[in-house]
Amino acid sequence: MSRFFARIRFVLSEMWQGISRSFTLTIALIATFAISLSLMGVSLLVGAQVNEMKDYWFDRVEVSIFLCTAGSDTANCQGAATDEQKAEFEADLEELRPLVSEVFFESNQDAYQRFIERFSDSPIAANVVPEQLPESYRVKLSDPEQFLVIVEKFSDRPGIEAVRDQRATLNSLFAVLNGLQVLALGFAVSMLAVTMLLISNTIRVTAYARRRELAIMRLVGASKLSIRLPFILETAFSAVIGAALSAGVLAAVKGYLVDEVIATRFLFTSFFGWDAVQEAILISSAAGIALALFASWLGISRHLRA
Amino acid sequence: MIVFENVSMNYRRSASPALDDVSFEIRDGEFVFLVGQSGAGKSSILRLLMREVTPKVGTVIVDEINVGRLRKRKIPNLRRKFGMVFQDFRLLPEKSVAENVAFAMQILGKTRKEIKQTVPQVLDLVGLLDKSNRRPNQLSGGEQQRVAIARALINRPSILLADEPTGNLDPDTTIDIMRLLDQINRAGTTVLMATHDASIVDQMRKRVIQVENGKIARDQSQGNYGY
Repeated sequence: MSRFFARIRFVLSEMWQGISRSFTLTIALIATFAISLSLMGVSLLVGAQVNEMKDYWFDRVEVSIFLCTAGSDTANCQGAATDEQKAEFEADLEELRPLVSEVFFESNQDAYQRFIERFSDSPIAANVVPEQLPESYRVKLSDPEQFLVIVEKFSDRPGIEAVRDQRATLNSLFAVLNGLQVLALGFAVSMLAVTMLLISNTIRVTAYARRRELAIMRLVGASKLSIRLPFILETAFSAVIGAALSAGVLAAVKGYLVDEVIATRFLFTSFFGWDAVQEAILISSAAGIALALFASWLGISRHLRA
Repeated sequence: MIVFENVSMNYRRSASPALDDVSFEIRDGEFVFLVGQSGAGKSSILRLLMREVTPKVGTVIVDEINVGRLRKRKIPNLRRKFGMVFQDFRLLPEKSVAENVAFAMQILGKTRKEIKQTVPQVLDLVGLLDKSNRRPNQLSGGEQQRVAIARALINRPSILLADEPTGNLDPDTTIDIMRLLDQINRAGTTVLMATHDASIVDQMRKRVIQVENGKIARDQSQGNYGY
């Protein structure tokens, strides 16, 4: 047992000497770990936010069927939609159940109210009368993906000006967010590649600085593991510190940037919670440490003679 | 017990064999000089023993271990049987004398208690107990080689391999080191020493194995450097 502790003490003291001999490289290694793992974590958080928004919005999105107004001038509109046409549309919508789960008719008076509320500060509101705003059916689908069924059935019919899916608007927002996610992930991956090169270089420098000790260790009959372990632990040490720093960054992103700054300005959606932060920290830390172990083993095989 | 049986080996990119059908035996407790010109094959014999290289043909046996067939992960066990001393000492400049010797014990996971006990004993044996806290650069060449010998002995190896241990030393210091090696040999450690130094071989009258062009040219008990 005391032999075991003696071994651990020796490996740790070798590790510590490795760190102090290549101190600036160790700092660089910690910094690249911190940056790349933060980027990876941010990428995961953006992904969590996209999922959060999808959950939040897809329950609420509707397909809107806008009816013609007196002022419409598309091919399908000859004046405002008639009551017969409306009755026909309503019957058709009923027929599409259970795909159609809810239908809500918005009269131009309702639309006007909403419009006034939304643009209360704007001079436009004063110049609008209810008749200018289209009446519409707000249709909720049990499966929002089946939106095209509604489009096929209702677009190109006399009395209907347009069929719009709110999802289309959301999807363009999600496309932007997905783009951000991919971008952050791309940066994270390239930073991790840089980190791997740096690990290899740090090991080369440490191995060179400690070449005499290593030669003696080999000569005296040190096991392969006790020669390699200090190098691996040295890299893992940097990875753990870097991961801890990136955990701080991610916690700050959630605790300050999202909760204090963004959430108070963008009230239209909910945001990812601390569970997502926890998951992002766990995944990026695990990835960082796994990379450290892998790259240091690779680096040692390259720079240390067996 | 060291046995070489019809051992031949090549280095890569070298046409002529480094060793060509070499056979000899060294019994426990012997003192053997390995002589021959540079490149004759002395170092190859030492490197084969340490399993830094493997024979192409033949077998190398150390204490019943077939060295050439030894699994890689068992190599450290083989190397623990040897203490090794070099011409250039190979001490760690930033460690003290005692730390240099202790390092070889730490590597093998010896406890602090064991280290505290053994290091002064061995330093006393090589006559450097009073210089335990010096750095290698504060010592003479002969003293540095004594530290290296202490380090080689600290884990109680059964065989001491010395590669030109007196190559960097003046004649008086050389005699001191040879006395020390003889003393270690008398205490039971097998000593195999590769050397160029004719005068010490002639003085010591020990067994001499002479290598020339990779072959054993002479194996003589109580031999001289030359014929």
